[in-house]
Amino acid sequence: MKFSRSGLMAVLMILLCSGCTVKPWVKPYERARLAEPVMSLSRNPASSAYVHHVHQAREGARGAEGGAGGGCGCN
Amino acid sequence: MQLMYRDGRFIALCTTVLVIGLFTGGLSSIATAAVLPEDRADVLYHRYEGGGMEIRGPSVLVRKAVSNSVSVSANHYVDKVSAASIDVVTTASPYEEERKENSVGLDYLVGKAIYSFAYTKSKENDFTAKAFNFGASQDFFGDLTTLSFGYAVGEDVVGRTGDPLFQENADRQHFRFGLTQVITKNMLASLSHEFITDEGYLNNPYRQVRYINAAGTGTLNQSEVYPSTRASEATALRLGYYLPWRSGVHVEYRIFEDSWGIDSKDWGLTYVHPLPNGWEVEANFRQYEQSAADFYSDLFPYQDAQNFLARDKELSTFDSQSFGVAASWVFLKGRYRLLDRFAVRLAVDRYSFDYKDFRDVRVPVSVVGTEPLYSFNATVTQMLFSVWY
Repeated sequence: MKFSRSGLMAVLMILLCSGCTVKPWVKPYERARLAEPVMSLSRNPASSAYVHHVHQAREGARGAEGGAGGGCGCN
Repeated sequence: MQLMYRDGRFIALCTTVLVIGLFTGGLSSIATAAVLPEDRADVLYHRYEGGGMEIRGPSVLVRKAVSNSVSVSANHYVDKVSAASIDVVTTASPYEEERKENSVGLDYLVGKAIYSFAYTKSKENDFTAKAFNFGASQDFFGDLTTLSFGYAVGEDVVGRTGDPLFQENADRQHFRFGLTQVITKNMLASLSHEFITDEGYLNNPYRQVRYINAAGTGTLNQSEVYPSTRASEATALRLGYYLPWRSGVHVEYRIFEDSWGIDSKDWGLTYVHPLPNGWEVEANFRQYEQSAADFYSDLFPYQDAQNFLARDKELSTFDSQSFGVAASWVFLKGRYRLLDRFAVRLAVDRYSFDYKDFRDVRVPVSVVGTEPLYSFNATVTQMLFSVWY
């Protein structure tokens, strides 16, 4: 029993040290699409901020709006 | 008597969030390593029309890098309000007023981290709000992951028109956390969480609730009474996917709850499609629904029926849907040495709001509390001119 536990620890150590850790899976040269403007929801910060502004004026919810926040609305 | 443009809790929140939103552009550079936001100037004309309200005005946002690691920005925002909403016409008189907001911000790039600082001041005739925001983001894991956090603090001074002795204060704090992850070479995911606390005078000093009079034959009004504290949490998940024909589709889902008993959820879908010659079109849909605050009622049974009283329709049970389209055109790209490109954008969104326990008291009925439920539509128009340099 003692031996098997030591063996298990050894196997775990080998796994941890032998490149089984997770590595970045999308290389820098593969991110061109993600950098396209269509992939950004806050391409126009002044506009995004205003839209969130309208939502906050009309709704009870607030927070976690993302890249751009909002101002105010009315009664 | 004048109804305040929007109750204090809201304006202050907006001020703080505007600071967070406009001046954290660097934090949203999620697809690449940390970079400062682009140098650009935007002039936005915005107009909201619906439910008896018209709010319009400009927003001017200018951003410029002053070195390889520092970018500064400034924003001037105006709301010109013509108010004749159902709240206003039933308990006060239509009015006009103006709110001006000025903000400055600074982003500092250090290695793969960006630190952001911003200050905003908002002022109208009976309300002043100040807010300071700090944010930080760090790229790691081969720049596939961006972790960000932020803290904002705001202070409001609430006044009341016609009552120079009336002055109340409220303090607000925001705590934000964000995690953005590159999932595949076509897909991004973003998780954000925000905790907000308010303390102080959170009422609207003008708004009133209605209650049934002693004889039971009609209604009378009394001032709203809100708790002096509020805490809320919102969590949002956003996914962006790059489609094979060079378009982008975005999905977002958010849940919210607060100590006043409001629970809400909303989801949205946005499709962005590029066209030849610098054109781009966009369509979006959004659905929102919420439950009422614990102390909200359209009609209270008698005066002082509860320790807290509210009849703000934004605290009632309702849902809303919006559908919007936008078109933009980038032109004169590379024509001038100092000005990289120009763009114009027109966006129109149509909203519909359906209230489940807020009644239209303008309609005469024989039995109070049987008025039809209120609903309205609103149109939001934006015209944006931008220049990159």
